Amino acid sequence: MSAVTVFVPKDAAAASVGADDVAVALSQEAQSRGLDINLIRNGSRGLLWLEPLVEVETPSGRVAFGPISVSDISGLFDSGFLSGGDHDLGHGLTEDIPYLANQERLTFARCGVIDPLDLAAYESHGGLVGLKKALELEPSAIVEDVTVSGLRGRGGAGFPAGRKWETVHKESADQKYICCNADEGDSGTFADRMLMEGDPFTLLEGMVIAGRAVGADTGYIYIRSEYPHAIRALNDAVSSFEQANLLGKNILGSGQAFTIHIRVGGGAYICGEESSMLESLEGKRGQVRAKPPIPAISGLFGKPTVVNNVLTLATVPYVLANGGKVYSEYGQGKSRGTQPFQLAGDIARGGLVEKAFGVTLRELVEGFGGGTRSGRPVRTAQVGGPLGAYIPETAFDVPMDYESLADSGAMLGHGGVVVFNESVDMARQARFAMEFCEIESCGKCTPCRIGSVRGKETLDKIIVGEDAEKNLAVLEDLCVLMTDGSLCAMGGLTHMPVTSALKHFPEDFGLARQAAE
Amino acid sequence: MSDDPSKTQSKSQSVREPDGKSVVLKICQDHGNRPENLIEILHAVQAHDGYLSDDSLRDIAACLNLTRAEVHGVTSFYHDFRRVPPGKTVVKICLAEACQAVGCDALKEHAVQVLSTDMGTTSSDGGVSLEPVYCLGNCALGPAVMVNGDLHGRVTPEKLDSLVSGADS
Repeated sequence: MSAVTVFVPKDAAAASVGADDVAVALSQEAQSRGLDINLIRNGSRGLLWLEPLVEVETPSGRVAFGPISVSDISGLFDSGFLSGGDHDLGHGLTEDIPYLANQERLTFARCGVIDPLDLAAYESHGGLVGLKKALELEPSAIVEDVTVSGLRGRGGAGFPAGRKWETVHKESADQKYICCNADEGDSGTFADRMLMEGDPFTLLEGMVIAGRAVGADTGYIYIRSEYPHAIRALNDAVSSFEQANLLGKNILGSGQAFTIHIRVGGGAYICGEESSMLESLEGKRGQVRAKPPIPAISGLFGKPTVVNNVLTLATVPYVLANGGKVYSEYGQGKSRGTQPFQLAGDIARGGLVEKAFGVTLRELVEGFGGGTRSGRPVRTAQVGGPLGAYIPETAFDVPMDYESLADSGAMLGHGGVVVFNESVDMARQARFAMEFCEIESCGKCTPCRIGSVRGKETLDKIIVGEDAEKNLAVLEDLCVLMTDGSLCAMGGLTHMPVTSALKHFPEDFGLARQAAE
Repeated sequence: MSDDPSKTQSKSQSVREPDGKSVVLKICQDHGNRPENLIEILHAVQAHDGYLSDDSLRDIAACLNLTRAEVHGVTSFYHDFRRVPPGKTVVKICLAEACQAVGCDALKEHAVQVLSTDMGTTSSDGGVSLEPVYCLGNCALGPAVMVNGDLHGRVTPEKLDSLVSGADS
């Protein structure tokens, strides 16, 4: 019998619940039984509640088993799992698991499927098609294709990627840069991390394409220090790309040059803000810059710079390979394509769900997510990170796209969904929003630096019932001031969790329901 | 400070390589002595020494032709950089929303009590540093904790105890 291929994810989330131990134990058990297995450490499929998810290659496809702990392994072998045999923890064919089968995996097509650092596997699963096409296209045609795709910045702001690229493309300068924002600091988000660990070549390919499109020969990936697994994966991926002549002075003999540098952040949330990230890349305090000028005109070291999120750049190879039009056929309204949503917090089936824009929050939380992990009723979900709104369960039918969420006083952000059960105290969550702003404010502008402190103090007074009406007026005034007067989205959006909590859950603040409405 | 013999001794142990060349100077040199690489340099020195001493910051400033105030400004801006040595075991507990939704506050209380250490401090015997962190990117498998750089998910108080005692041994 030839060696059976077995997959055990190397992803940090999988490792956090024992995947590394499972991989070692699997090898040892196979060896002691005299069985030959070909163990591949893949990325995560994003079915995180099933991690560690072990998959076995069979003639009919990959069969999934999970969550597997070391103590399950002997039983797995006994049940003949190497030929797809039945087991209590078996889920049948991975691709048929509804959670995965009901997704539209474009950006994450290879994540969890291949060994992230196996370039041959990358290519045999559709990698490099976009790059090879781009190397034959005029730069302006690449920009045009990205514009047609309708791809918008996945970091949170949702600015059309094609328009940003066009601005940089048209600038004349001796040096331009591509900066990938991998400072994924929002709680409830992990898509960037999963992709960088599970399919880092896609990101690099996207950056090379971006470089050709705008005339940049140097790229930086600014990655947060909290992601050691992803840092290792990216460093290894860059080395592989360099050895394969996919980075360097003459990429695949095309004459195109591009190099990528990995830079590790210092644990500051604000460095996810693009201008703050640029300051940090220059070795400085990560304080935000006033705009204008926008980075597309004066960015890193004062040069025209494309700043895009990991997911934006990682989607570019798909767009080039299949054409912008194909990508734009997903989604609705002005929100084209797919969004990798991340289901987090108190959720039964947490993980990554890549769906076309327009799926409702209820479908995500109840359909995919299966409600809470604790079994208690869902009360609210915070969508879009720490600066996103708390949406009450009664409003979960909102379609998940940029415009629909904005219309309902919320925002998509980076696509994170954090589910809370009925035990959540919304006054505390509102207070935390202000506290988080206080901790993470860069300190440059007064509304954010001081407003967050005053906001926290005022909420403390409201919570203990001290002049609640008066202090509520102060809080509302502060929120307006921070929104209108802050330099960036940190202070400018901190009102969102606060006012949404107040609006939908006034009883948690000791207020009568109508008082806040 | 420099005439305190114990300080001099510890410096010679921590930042001098066998050939007598300062590790800090070598790290700066490896980064081209370029000020835009300051954060990389701070990370590298901290990885070597465990923290950033006054002497290290002075040497870095000199190498990069920056003022000590500029280096201090950058060092103090970022949560990652330490000015005092950490405990033998560093426990980071995620306190952000996704972990709040699954009980990180109770986990934090437990840790503070069991380890007799407040958040953001190191135990008096230098055994454990307990630190808050805002998101480890393990938001579907919270509460998330990082112990000496290793990520752990679905951490219960009991699991935290065994992780800390495991890291200790």
